[in-house]
Amino acid sequence: MTETGNGTVLEMRGISKFFPGVKALDDVSLTLKQGEVLALIGENGAGKSTLMKVLGGVYQPDSGSILVDGLPCDIESVQKATALGIAFVHQELNLSDNLDVAANVFLGREPRNRDFLKLVDRKKINADTQVLLDKIELDCAPTEIVGNLSLGNQQMIEIAKALSINAKILIMDEPTSSLCVRESEQLFKVIKDLRNHGISVIYISHRMGEVVDLADRVIALRDGRNSGFLAKAEISAMSMIKLMVGRDVEKFYHKDHEATDIPVFECKDFIVPEHPGNPVNLVVRRGEILVMAGLVGAGRTELAHALFGITKALGGEVLVEGTRYSIDDPKDAIAAGIALVPEDRKQCGLVIEQSIERNITLAGLDACQKMKLIDFGKVRTIASRMAGALDVRMSGIEQAVENLSGGNQQKVVLAKWLSMGPRVLVLDEPTRGIDVVAKEEIYRLIEKLAAEGVAMLVISSEMQEVLGIADRIVVMHEGAISGELQKAEFSEEAVMKLAMGCN
Amino acid sequence: MKKYIGIASILLGIIVFTTILDPQFFSPYNIMNLFRWTGLFGILSIGVGFVIMTGGIDLSVGSIVGFLGALSVNRSWSIPAVIVFTIVFSMAIGLVQGLLVTKVKIQSFVVTLTGLFIYRGLSRFFTNDVTQGLGNDFAGLKFLVKGTFPADFFPNDSAPQFLKDWSLPMPFMIMLVIAIGLSVFLNRSIYGRYILALGRNEKAARFSGIDTDRMIVITYIISATCAGIGGFLFALDLNSVQPSTAGNMYELYAIAGCVVGGISLRGGVGNIAGVIIGVAIVRVLYNAINIVGIPNTLEYVVIGLVILIGVGADEVRKNYGIKKRMMRIRAEIKTPAAGRIA
Repeated sequence: MTETGNGTVLEMRGISKFFPGVKALDDVSLTLKQGEVLALIGENGAGKSTLMKVLGGVYQPDSGSILVDGLPCDIESVQKATALGIAFVHQELNLSDNLDVAANVFLGREPRNRDFLKLVDRKKINADTQVLLDKIELDCAPTEIVGNLSLGNQQMIEIAKALSINAKILIMDEPTSSLCVRESEQLFKVIKDLRNHGISVIYISHRMGEVVDLADRVIALRDGRNSGFLAKAEISAMSMIKLMVGRDVEKFYHKDHEATDIPVFECKDFIVPEHPGNPVNLVVRRGEILVMAGLVGAGRTELAHALFGITKALGGEVLVEGTRYSIDDPKDAIAAGIALVPEDRKQCGLVIEQSIERNITLAGLDACQKMKLIDFGKVRTIASRMAGALDVRMSGIEQAVENLSGGNQQKVVLAKWLSMGPRVLVLDEPTRGIDVVAKEEIYRLIEKLAAEGVAMLVISSEMQEVLGIADRIVVMHEGAISGELQKAEFSEEAVMKLAMGCN
Repeated sequence: MKKYIGIASILLGIIVFTTILDPQFFSPYNIMNLFRWTGLFGILSIGVGFVIMTGGIDLSVGSIVGFLGALSVNRSWSIPAVIVFTIVFSMAIGLVQGLLVTKVKIQSFVVTLTGLFIYRGLSRFFTNDVTQGLGNDFAGLKFLVKGTFPADFFPNDSAPQFLKDWSLPMPFMIMLVIAIGLSVFLNRSIYGRYILALGRNEKAARFSGIDTDRMIVITYIISATCAGIGGFLFALDLNSVQPSTAGNMYELYAIAGCVVGGISLRGGVGNIAGVIIGVAIVRVLYNAINIVGIPNTLEYVVIGLVILIGVGADEVRKNYGIKKRMMRIRAEIKTPAAGRIA
């Protein structure tokens, strides 16, 4: 760590914040030194995002104080936070993707011409943006429309935006959650560079590897309270998990299923519309967990969507237990016994404002009819049974899904599909944004389903998950299968090599 | 039931207030008229409500009322043929609009706005812009709008006077039949759940294997068919159809009824009883304005304001509820004796 100064730039003391039904923060304290990367960790719902929103001026604390450069501050608005040099890079991108890069970076702070019309000074805005882009080594023009950039580059634009206000404190909330490895590495380089220039970074992440790599210090939250600190030397995945969950997690996964040779699911010369030049061949056998690894954007989600009939495949065939099915829309896929737990839970997996019961039974509703009308008794029985079987933490099946934690929401999606008794289950990033405990539950469930004979095809970008749960790994690169790894060949390097397309 | 209390009490309030100002308001004749108009406009609102539940809008309703009103009385066909024609033709209009929305992917506002122009123009063209009088045609069918239930179902006019005074007009009965049928469809069939689910999140519904396009098309068919039936009944009721004005602005009354009745334009919510109460509020208000002596020129202002206040009060009440809950929780947390809440 390069020490550009040891002054404390930020101190949060005894912060508490209440929400309806939840005490989100309870007497939380935090200090941040100049030029350090402080990792903020904790399970989902531990209060990380809330604490940062208090700092960013989005929420007002109900008690406690904030000192910036030793001076007490009342951060009553986002504008105030900006004025204090606090910049926030949110988990979800906050960019207007119809505008160009420069317009996004200087949104609301556009340099104006001096004449009476006070129009935007195009020359200056583009030049100033170029300086920032150079600083983060991003190769794109200030006049590029943001929507045309990759997700990773859009994330970089967010950072450029933060730098444009001369931020002293940069808050990053899971910035890598939608980035591929290469993009993440570029981001880490930028973060380290910023740190060396004396900027302090508060970094929120679920990815342990990143934190070990980046952080100078770790602060953990649990149930809205401080649960401990780690100095640089103490940072390790185990020590962090211990602070987050408050107990030792022995290991994530157990192996009690046996892969067989009997193919359950096959696709032959399957042509995904987004990658017409790369026919895909896959086999998933009974009792097997096949993990599909690859970089974000490698075409795995597109493949999953085509297999499930969301998009129409251009060719090839799909076989389930030896029978050929033509899949033109999701209904055909469901009829073939294929289920998809989509990557984007809130947009594609759930009708979030509706009840657990309605969500669980949405796909299988036509089997719950009596004389053409809904059999409400059966619907409720199924919902209660499935929610119970998956241990969804809820007040009742009438509770709206939006009030559940991410992990429990994912269990509702799983419950929906398991209620249909699928023969093939495609899980697209099943543990994204889910806390450690729920993650473990989902891994157990995946193993249990495999043991019961369901063909499991899991798409995952998290290396630990890929290596931990797979019986076999196929790797995708730019729409094509770039290789396959048997258990004995599993290693991070092997997966990475195939994912980057270097053979 | 709880969700109706708010709007039902607004309706009751207007009725009581107007009756106090002028007891004539509560005369059997006036009340019967209100029921008739609530029935006629209710049919339109219930139909549009289904489109709104999917997150769409149907602006073509008023023009369909005029178009099918004009077409249906313009035939020298037998009565059953006219009824079948009305229903089939309006279903076809709904089908085309639904397909334009789902398959061609034109926004529903645009599709139905162009419908509003086209059907109006067509009804003027086919009739040479001449008012279509019914005269004594359809005499048998007039019962559908002029008859009452149950008084007119007694043989030889033998109903007691009390029943004659307080029977429900047939348009209201027809509306009730449609309402009950569609309520069962919405609340008890799987398709109702599909419509509400896709109205909230079409993508998630599609990812659950629901044929969302088909469900959306069905709602446009429901809306247009209700408008067609409504147009036929309006024509019978007025005994004439003026092609350039019949049904003008009815689409807005229909939407207003839905909004007052608690159907969110964001989609995904809806209940038919609420819509009927909403329509009744608009009709009673219209009537009350005349009776209380507010200048006719102000009637749109009053209706607009009441809808605004009604819907606004509902939002304020919701926000207040959240705030109150939060205050209570804070108080609990600050008392050390209270248990952990999170």
